[in-house]
Amino acid sequence: MSHTQTHGHGHPHDPIEDNPDVRPEHLLLEQAMRELLIEKGVFSAADITRQIEDMDAITPAQGSTFVAKYWTDPEFRKAAQKDGKAAAESMGIDMSVAPELVILENTPEVHHVVVCTLCSCYPRAVLGLPPAWYKSVEYRSRCVNDPRGVLKEFGLDLPEDVDIRVADSTADMRYLVVPLQPEGSAGMPEEQLAELVTRDSMIGVSQAKPVG
Amino acid sequence: MSLKLKNGDKVLVRTGNPTGHCRTPAYLRGKTGVVHRKLGKFKNPEQLAYGKSGKPKLILYQVRFEQTAVWPNYGGAPRDTLLVDIFEHWLEAAT
Repeated sequence: MSHTQTHGHGHPHDPIEDNPDVRPEHLLLEQAMRELLIEKGVFSAADITRQIEDMDAITPAQGSTFVAKYWTDPEFRKAAQKDGKAAAESMGIDMSVAPELVILENTPEVHHVVVCTLCSCYPRAVLGLPPAWYKSVEYRSRCVNDPRGVLKEFGLDLPEDVDIRVADSTADMRYLVVPLQPEGSAGMPEEQLAELVTRDSMIGVSQAKPVG
Repeated sequence: MSLKLKNGDKVLVRTGNPTGHCRTPAYLRGKTGVVHRKLGKFKNPEQLAYGKSGKPKLILYQVRFEQTAVWPNYGGAPRDTLLVDIFEHWLEAAT
């Protein structure tokens, strides 16, 4: 963490950074556990590498395709609202080990943003690994009690008449935000629409990219 | 644990500070919200975390809280809300 800053609401806190410190004791604990589990034959080092590769292969592009389909295909939208996990499976996303997926659709009146205050629950099956800031103590603690301040730091300044709804994923649900479809994008083909859907807009800390 | 809640019911999050793998955030304990939707039945994470069966499964509710009811000094807009998943054994009916 670099410096502490005071701003508008009168208390100091660390800014949200993309590089939260990993405590050395946690690194040691991970290493010790990993070596013991390999030694006991629970899994091999190659298994770990494969898991990491599989995880790295999932990119937010899957989520972007999901959102573009949600915008354009009313049947898919209906299905996704009912059961997000089944809808993701229907488009070929591997949800076999994933928890339930709940879709939070932004409207002109309500903007959703996702956080996990207890750990770092994230819709990994759809978006891949979370960004480092998502796991930072600052984001996790401040997003629930000062969402407007946090969103401003991401460059998203929403008017007071847009209700902000923070989803804290505490249990068996993972949340995917469907951002507002950008103006002037109606009628665009799905592949082009998907390019407007950023990872951050599916967490809810930004909007989809404007057209053009 | 036979508390049956429906959408719109007012609920109070229990207080208490158990040790272990508890999925009810401390900042919501003792706060009042409204059932937003019922999410289904899931194994109890407070037991699963310790190698137990997690059964019987518990009902998980998505509860909506007004930010101003959770944080006395909330500085955002009055209609801002929080959605949090809370297991039935952490909830009681409120008026």
